[in-house]
Amino acid sequence: MAIARQTHAQQKQDATAARLEALGPISDTGWTAAARASALDRVVQSGLPHARDEYWKFTRPEALTAPEPSEAALFAAEETPIFQKIDRVRLVFVDGVFDADASDAPDLAGVRIERLAKAAEADIHWAKSLYGTLEANGQAPVSRPLAALNTAFADDGVLIHVTGKADRPVSIAYERRDGTADAMLHHVIKLDPGADFTLLENGPAAARFNKVMEVDIADGAAFHHVRAQGRDHERQAATHIFARLGQESVFKSFTLTANGRLTRNDCVIDLTGDDAVAHVAGACVGDGDFHHDDTVFVTHDAVNCESRQVFKKVLRNGATGVFQGKILVREGAQKTDGYQISQSLLLDGDSQFLAKPELEIYADDVACSHGSTSGAIDEEALFYLRSRGVPEDRATDLLTLAFLAEAVQEIEDEALAGEILTRLEAWLERRRA
Amino acid sequence: MLTIKNLHVKLEDEDKQILKGVDLTVEAGKVHAIMGPNGSGKSTLSYVLSGREGYEVTDGSAELEGLDLLDMDPEERAAAGLFLAFQYPVEIPGVGNMTFLRTALNAQRKARGEDEMSAADFLKFIREKAKTLKIDADMLKRPVNVGFSGGEKKRNEILQMAVLQPRMCILDETDSGLDVDAMKLVSDGVNALRDAGRGFLVITHYQRLLDHIRPDVVHIMAGGRIVKTGGPELALEVEKNGYADLMAESA
Repeated sequence: MAIARQTHAQQKQDATAARLEALGPISDTGWTAAARASALDRVVQSGLPHARDEYWKFTRPEALTAPEPSEAALFAAEETPIFQKIDRVRLVFVDGVFDADASDAPDLAGVRIERLAKAAEADIHWAKSLYGTLEANGQAPVSRPLAALNTAFADDGVLIHVTGKADRPVSIAYERRDGTADAMLHHVIKLDPGADFTLLENGPAAARFNKVMEVDIADGAAFHHVRAQGRDHERQAATHIFARLGQESVFKSFTLTANGRLTRNDCVIDLTGDDAVAHVAGACVGDGDFHHDDTVFVTHDAVNCESRQVFKKVLRNGATGVFQGKILVREGAQKTDGYQISQSLLLDGDSQFLAKPELEIYADDVACSHGSTSGAIDEEALFYLRSRGVPEDRATDLLTLAFLAEAVQEIEDEALAGEILTRLEAWLERRRA
Repeated sequence: MLTIKNLHVKLEDEDKQILKGVDLTVEAGKVHAIMGPNGSGKSTLSYVLSGREGYEVTDGSAELEGLDLLDMDPEERAAAGLFLAFQYPVEIPGVGNMTFLRTALNAQRKARGEDEMSAADFLKFIREKAKTLKIDADMLKRPVNVGFSGGEKKRNEILQMAVLQPRMCILDETDSGLDVDAMKLVSDGVNALRDAGRGFLVITHYQRLLDHIRPDVVHIMAGGRIVKTGGPELALEVEKNGYADLMAESA
């Protein structure tokens, strides 16, 4: 046993060393230098994820930790456009590299938008107190070494400081044109008290993508996030959101994922101010060689906060869906209202859904509930639809959409919810064709 | 319109014969009623005709205007003009009633090679149909049958019938769970659809529905077969004497 353990530790150490060697030295200039150095220490300390790690039992991390990404063929089919009807400030990254020509000028009242690559040259910056800080806070009690790796090495990303109510969302489009690009982006978003801001994200990003987003939401501020990960099948991605919520603040995040050989989305939320609200939701559709993992960790560390996790996955042809969700209620976090639901719709017997719902509660006056279900299509409903003339595949799609709708409904803005539904419908329709 | 010959049906998973030689012909423009005690096979007949899984036809045939129904998928039967009003309409959370109706109507039109109805035309069409059945805008917006009362569910079935305009309508115990007012509303909806080109098969336990929907022919079903056929007076006889007498008579 002792020998086996040493072997895993050794494997982990070797894999970490190989990855770090391939990446080379970290940048040691500018205001991010200290954060990068300590993040690198965290990576070395914990090592990169290994299949034996507690939160990597259902998702094999090798492809995400290997020195080089495996080649990912470009997605040939046409992608349904998204967010085009939304008036927004659009920023474009291609294979992780900022595309100034394709991007809008970052002019938005009440919002300051900069690129990490540009800002990092300065000696002092507002983002200094945040860059790598929320990520570091999110390393306990569960280490998230891919996020620390990102803090240490990401050389670009977007820094957004919101001082008021933004009248338009910012959208970041991640395009992919290269079969082997290995991209890392690190975004920092700071909302001042009472600020209101919506961030949209879409696209496959890169053959291998590692993204971290740190969001600091001050008292009374509201942050909305809607993301559509591309239909691009071969890409692999590990993303982290670290959010810290002040008093009476709001955080709402929704992610749509369709296909992608490997997607791991971590969301780490810290409710630090009283009366804050955090909702995180996801809808995913997986077909075939598809692996999708949502790992959510919500910590209640203040009084009378509400958290809600709603995840729905539709799986077919051997696809795998994973949900690991935790609600941690710390001592003193009374009147906590925590809710978590994860459900899968398995369209055949080859697909699987693996769920690990967890509640850990150290306060005595709380209401927390969680549930997880896995089921096939409702045969009664299917027959009812068919008996009215709806063909079987179309009827299955209607029921599939209905199943996912509960997660999509978590999006507050109707126009944005409509964009997501339109894309979902288009996907389903194309699959039938 | 509907021609059933010597239909034998058993449960797929069990060695249990339910229908043991049903012969029945419903002509266009006519309303046929099937009455019979519990377990006589009435509902099974409606399910087999609409294509529900779980049954095996061991002998006989069922044709809709010469088309072999038993060889068709449920959606093909619907497009060919068959409609079953369910005894227990199914709730479908997350699918709006209006979306459902429009999808169904356009799927049928498409299957028949007709043009699909535009959203605007459909809206006008559905509002008119809903009004006569006292179905309000809220019921059209809500998910299919979710949170509907028993009466609302049955009215919703008749609304579907009015929208889809099938040629052969089967009503499976549409009167169950209805109060007097709802029964009148539902019956009025059905009667409005009666015309020379459409056939009806009304399955019921009780005679009272037939006070509202006047049948041309009444069949008594027992033990998986039609044991007696007559005019409307047969329904009254059942109401008066029960099934026992009739069954004893035919045995």
